[in-house]
Amino acid sequence: MSHVTAAHGHDDHQDHPTGWKRYVYSTNHKDIGTMYLWFAIIAGLLGGFLSVMMRIELAEPGIQIFHGLANMVYGAGCDLAKPDACDAGKHMYNVFVTGHALLMIFFMVMPAMIGGYGNWFVPLMIGAPDMAFPRMNNVSFWLLPPALGLLLISMFVEGPSGGFGAGGGWTIYPPLSTTGQPGPAMDFVILALHLAGASSILGAINFITTIFNMRAPGMTLHKMPLFVWSILVTVFLLLLSLPVLAGAITMLLTDRNFGTSFFVAAKGGDPILFQHLFWFFGHPEVYILILPGFGIVSQIVSTFSKKPVFGYLGMAYAMVSIGVVGFVVWAHHMYTVGMDADTQAYFVAATMIIAVPTGVKIFSWIATMWGGSIEFKTPMLWALGFIFLFTIGGVTCVVLANAGVDRSLHDTYYVVAHFHYVLSLGAVFAVFGAWYYWFPKMTGYMYNETIGKLHFWVTFVGVNILFFPQHFLGLAGMPRRYIDYPEVFAGWNQISSYGSYLSALGTLIFLYGVFSAYARKVPAGDNPWGEGATTLEWTLSSPPPFHQFSTLPVIK
Amino acid sequence: MTIAKTLAAIAAGIVVICVSGTAWAALGHPEPWQMNLQDAATPVAEGIRWLHNVLLWIISLITAFVMGLMLYVMVRFNAKANPVPSRTTHNTLVEVLWTIIPILILVFILVPSLRLLYLERDIPKADMTIKVIGNPSWNWTYEYPDLGLNDDKTAKVSFTAYLKPREEAAKENVPYLLATDVPVVVPVNKTVKLIVTSDPEGIIHAWTIPSFGVKIDAIPGRLNEDWFRATKEGTYYGQCSELCGKEHAFMPIEVHVVSQPDFDAWAAKVQTASAEEARDYLFAMLKAQGQLAKN
Repeated sequence: MSHVTAAHGHDDHQDHPTGWKRYVYSTNHKDIGTMYLWFAIIAGLLGGFLSVMMRIELAEPGIQIFHGLANMVYGAGCDLAKPDACDAGKHMYNVFVTGHALLMIFFMVMPAMIGGYGNWFVPLMIGAPDMAFPRMNNVSFWLLPPALGLLLISMFVEGPSGGFGAGGGWTIYPPLSTTGQPGPAMDFVILALHLAGASSILGAINFITTIFNMRAPGMTLHKMPLFVWSILVTVFLLLLSLPVLAGAITMLLTDRNFGTSFFVAAKGGDPILFQHLFWFFGHPEVYILILPGFGIVSQIVSTFSKKPVFGYLGMAYAMVSIGVVGFVVWAHHMYTVGMDADTQAYFVAATMIIAVPTGVKIFSWIATMWGGSIEFKTPMLWALGFIFLFTIGGVTCVVLANAGVDRSLHDTYYVVAHFHYVLSLGAVFAVFGAWYYWFPKMTGYMYNETIGKLHFWVTFVGVNILFFPQHFLGLAGMPRRYIDYPEVFAGWNQISSYGSYLSALGTLIFLYGVFSAYARKVPAGDNPWGEGATTLEWTLSSPPPFHQFSTLPVIK
Repeated sequence: MTIAKTLAAIAAGIVVICVSGTAWAALGHPEPWQMNLQDAATPVAEGIRWLHNVLLWIISLITAFVMGLMLYVMVRFNAKANPVPSRTTHNTLVEVLWTIIPILILVFILVPSLRLLYLERDIPKADMTIKVIGNPSWNWTYEYPDLGLNDDKTAKVSFTAYLKPREEAAKENVPYLLATDVPVVVPVNKTVKLIVTSDPEGIIHAWTIPSFGVKIDAIPGRLNEDWFRATKEGTYYGQCSELCGKEHAFMPIEVHVVSQPDFDAWAAKVQTASAEEARDYLFAMLKAQGQLAKN
């Protein structure tokens, strides 16, 4: 990959190292983006493995596999004839619940969307040569593998007495995460979150500086592609919410190790304080996961409809308003902690407001397609799947927002179904859509359309079988995070587990598709999508030169 | 084939749940293949059921509307049917409409929603009080302060309800993971106030009975209040609803709603005998009245 800048003497430092140094020392936004994407794929496979194990366990009432797993992994010595008495196995299930959530949120969706696609395409789309702080970009990425390492180590060290790993859920509420699990596993989790959080904060600073200062001449804020807008809003949410999480988990760490009592009721602290702090981060966090997806879907829908995005300004400011309102709705995760009625009433009203900008986005996507000339290539299928499934996840949000009804649904499988429809079927569909959309640009190779479509359909059917019945389980009253359940819940659980196996098959098809694209090396061309692909990355070669835009493009 | 069958089941399920809001629901306990909330035994649970069914209609119609639009767009504006794309990017009227109409729908939802919320959280004057304590050993302790206090102001009637083991549950034909060894007993048509907390050294649990529309966290250092007024006699089950460690799935809740005379008889017994003896006494009484048959 020779590059044109070699002619300039002052650009000599751009002669990049090769081999492992190219990646470990990388200051190139595209190489770093690629590393983020591979990292996300690995973490996603790990998180997916944990979820399939949980679904195998839940396929039938009773404890099936976790006592055996605990014997195998930890040498727990459970009597397989009496699974009900196996403490290590029961705790191990909670560890899987926790690990699945943390892997998917912090090590799969966020690295893929922000670190991966954001790094790759924000500079390309705004006509910038690279990110504003290339070395900081390197640090942002290289903080993540140690964070993942700490999380994985946590699963193999003592949590509660007699159990291994941290089993407090991704919400790590005290006292379960303090006195409930005195072993070092929870400390590993907390430190993993510190590192992942620091990584994201550095990344956020980098993106904000890049987007505000490095746009090409003529690329005003109101001309930026919507994906760049979505990343801009997302990184602001990261910058403002992650320090709150960092503070909360630091207090947790000192409560655990240094005798403080921020969350210890017996010493004048309050466990609910942690919940407020956690969700002040946690609610913006769920928008952090989905907003880049909004941007990705806007690009894909516009490209394959061969039409500009409908209501561009409305789309951009809908994301801004979702981001702003997303900061003042956190306690809707806490309707059952005993808040007074007036407080709950406020959070009901504030939460429902978010449905309005979300509706604007859904309808604007449909209006973008309206009058278009739609081609159903693989990325478009994922985008259409996203719009429909996100709508289902969105309307159950309106149900859950009502504190009155949430009384019955809080902490049941209805909530599990809801957030998997918006994240597992929303955010992840956007990640896959973006993968197929930009794979030709990133690698220069065309993926196989048949395999891509097969991947989509198997996943689409699989995740719906997996998650739709969970609405019924939740309505019937099945609480979440249960290793075992009364026999009446067996039917829908079994169907849900079948869906999980089918989705796992979809993942294998995805991996095969990636392999075959690299093996066949079908050249993609600079712009495989034709007239609809109007953003700047399609004006470059595929893959783009190591350094692009030595002469800045001018946007009319 | 399994996939086709499952898809058919889901499709049928969606139809059934939309046609009838009461598909296979029962009072006090879940049913196999249940698709909606459990039947209501209190005014609050009635309210939850009603509002949920209204919401279900609204969200089903919205989802169908969006799906309809998408299908229309995919058929009418695919590359074959419409080779030349339009350049339309604005239409002020529809943009205003798709902002205003959702706001109106939300306001329409908000009014009954807040009424239900205040019904739940404005706790009326109580006829009796029960204190519920979530224990670190994954079980619930119940205290009846109205049935007399000891000299140190602790309740005389206080007992802990444990999970009924699998074999015993099977033998007695009660649902494993829902039934407890001793039940909570309350009179019908009386307002029962709950004071819910957790052991100061313990962890957070949540006490719930779906058919009562009650779910309230048990938090160390806090006294949470909730209430219910059960209008139908029967057996009601719930399960801990806040992740609390390895036995989270194994700390069920069982409440028996009985007539006032039956409750009085049980209360008299439990003041002098153990909770187990009072339970046996109550069950014998209910059986004699032919009420305990379906359990």
